[in-house]
Amino acid sequence: MRVLIKSWLLGTTALALLTAAADAPATAQQKTIKIGFISTFSGPAAAIGKDMRNSFELGLDQVGRKLGGMPVEVIYEDDQIKPDVGVQKTKKLIESDHVDFIVGYIWSNVAVASLKPLVDSKTITVITNAGASEIAGPMCSPYVFSTSWQNDQTPAAIGTYMNEKGVKTAFLMGPNYIAGKDMLHGVQSTFKGKIVGQELTRWPDQLDFSAELSKAREAKPDAIFAFYPGGAGIQFITQYAQSGLKGQIPLYTAFTIDDLSLPRLKDLAIGVPGAQNWVNDLPNDANKKFVADYKAKFHTSPSFYGADTYDAVALLDSAVTAVHGNLSDKEGMRKAMEKADIKSVRGDFKFGNNHIPIQSFYLQDAGKNADGSYALHTVSLIVKNDQDKYHTQCPMK
Amino acid sequence: MAALNPRHAWAPTRGAPTGALGSQGDEQMLYFVEQCLNGVQLGMLLFLLAAGLTLIFGIMDLVNLAHGSLYMLGAYFAATFAAVTGSFVLGALLALLATAASGMVLEVIAIRPLYGRPHLDHVLGTFGLILFFNDLVRRIWGPDGMTLSLPSEMLRAFQILPGVYYPLYRLVIILVTLAVAALLYLLVMRTRLGMLIRAGASNREMVGALGINIKLLYTLVFGLGASLAGFAGLMQAPILTVQIGMGENILILAFVVIVIGGIGSIRGAFVAALIVGLLDTLGRAFLPDLLRAVLSTDAALTLAPALSSMSIYMLMATVLVIRPEGLFPAASR
Repeated sequence: MRVLIKSWLLGTTALALLTAAADAPATAQQKTIKIGFISTFSGPAAAIGKDMRNSFELGLDQVGRKLGGMPVEVIYEDDQIKPDVGVQKTKKLIESDHVDFIVGYIWSNVAVASLKPLVDSKTITVITNAGASEIAGPMCSPYVFSTSWQNDQTPAAIGTYMNEKGVKTAFLMGPNYIAGKDMLHGVQSTFKGKIVGQELTRWPDQLDFSAELSKAREAKPDAIFAFYPGGAGIQFITQYAQSGLKGQIPLYTAFTIDDLSLPRLKDLAIGVPGAQNWVNDLPNDANKKFVADYKAKFHTSPSFYGADTYDAVALLDSAVTAVHGNLSDKEGMRKAMEKADIKSVRGDFKFGNNHIPIQSFYLQDAGKNADGSYALHTVSLIVKNDQDKYHTQCPMK
Repeated sequence: MAALNPRHAWAPTRGAPTGALGSQGDEQMLYFVEQCLNGVQLGMLLFLLAAGLTLIFGIMDLVNLAHGSLYMLGAYFAATFAAVTGSFVLGALLALLATAASGMVLEVIAIRPLYGRPHLDHVLGTFGLILFFNDLVRRIWGPDGMTLSLPSEMLRAFQILPGVYYPLYRLVIILVTLAVAALLYLLVMRTRLGMLIRAGASNREMVGALGINIKLLYTLVFGLGASLAGFAGLMQAPILTVQIGMGENILILAFVVIVIGGIGSIRGAFVAALIVGLLDTLGRAFLPDLLRAVLSTDAALTLAPALSSMSIYMLMATVLVIRPEGLFPAASR
């Protein structure tokens, strides 16, 4: 009898285990959230991709690698700074990996090229750097959010600062792709002086700006504005100094000096102001924790690329939590994300109707620390709660 | 504005209606001179790369896609040695020796098996070497790239003519490269080694039949080509910084130069490099303003960079149609 009971118990336990195992994929608690992450992981811009990945991984670690209680798997893909590769990787993540979310995109042209498959498949996307005017305006989508900015905003802030400094004439330079054009428009939207010249250079292969710097010298402006992201920023700032212009014509920048390029630019970056939506020393608690944890883990300073990517973790967490893990409830997730109910490292912000943050922009400059290292500092607030000008072209209300 | 730029206080702004016509014309002329110097500087850099490439192609009949990797190695060596020795010049000299040595070792190990095989094998083999070197550099120096800083006294513009300021370091590049070109000319035209190189370019079998150690000659030529590429890389490093894959884009231009100049001809490489450098730079400098006369500012800004980069390839196509052997064909083989 005892043997019988024992075997019966064993049998039922085994059966119960079997059914539990069979049920497992159906219960929300066991499902894994798949996130596709597109950035640049090869070539000179790989430093940016690394910073974004580090920040995203740090954010996931801090929430126990779970979003809304569900475990997360991230698939990283390299866009090689090429729009055609970016769209191909985006399609691969959607069609063969069946990811639930896509995060990333450094380059505006890659993001715009990848937009159609994202919107067609209704994949909830968080763009963490690229800020093409198209995506903020006519091509805005209920499923696409940005934790960064619209490209015009940062140079518009520096244009405001140039007015404050009494700059009367300016020469503008940037690379010849979507973001470069947006940036040049951005400065002109606020700068009240005269534009005495502007140049777009080949992107991404032109790294020598001798002809353009000669033009800038010849145009005799009060100031030069430049947008050269990533490694191109190092080349531009170096050549600006080598041309002897640094003592003659002041330079104002957007996205040209960052925490990744500063250790290589060193003294050349000092005295060159820039505008930014985030600086590593912003005094809010979320940012203090992010910067301290990042430095402890990776032994280097995070950049704005990383900061805006870090915020994507909290944003996705708020979405999955709101729908209790029911990832098919895209409306529910979208509404939760629109509230921007997160502790952002830039301080609190709201989303505009086009899902671009309404946020403040700061003046930053580079300084040398007592120990010989270099760091970026917040100098002042340039514009508070700024909304991009393209939101009126976005049909979403 | 005048307060910021005292030396320009007398001069009218370009496009401004005021000012004496004469001074504005002079100023346009001086600006043109400055842009020509920019073109010459790019041309000099291209010459350094193309000279090595054309020697190797012309004499050894080897298509060497890995030439850009030697350019990259030169830059990495220079950045490393300059950091160790604390001297830019000493770092550059050591880097030159190291690149030449790397080139000769590379020739013995990896290039020799490619001789006498079809060009497609050369392309495949040396393309593999590009991947190898990119990964090797990533392992040794890391993925982030390096900076080769100039001494601070180089960070200024030099007044070469009254009113024409030119970055001092770029001026140094032009002068040093001209000296290298002269040395190369003397080496090829006036020395025994140069005679063998020229003989090898026109009739390889005959040189071998005369009892010349062709293997050694090839190793030396490859080493010479490598040091020229390394020299180009280290001279360009302070301007463009040091990065993995930095030699790949510039190598395409160097190939264009040797096709225009005539394969195997150093004189052709020199002339073609100057033409390509000037065409690229003057296109970038003046095309946007020309286009702005007929197009909107936005359209002109977008179109000009594309057109100026196309112009080089259009020149190459034209040369190929009119003179398929290039401007200065090497002695017939």
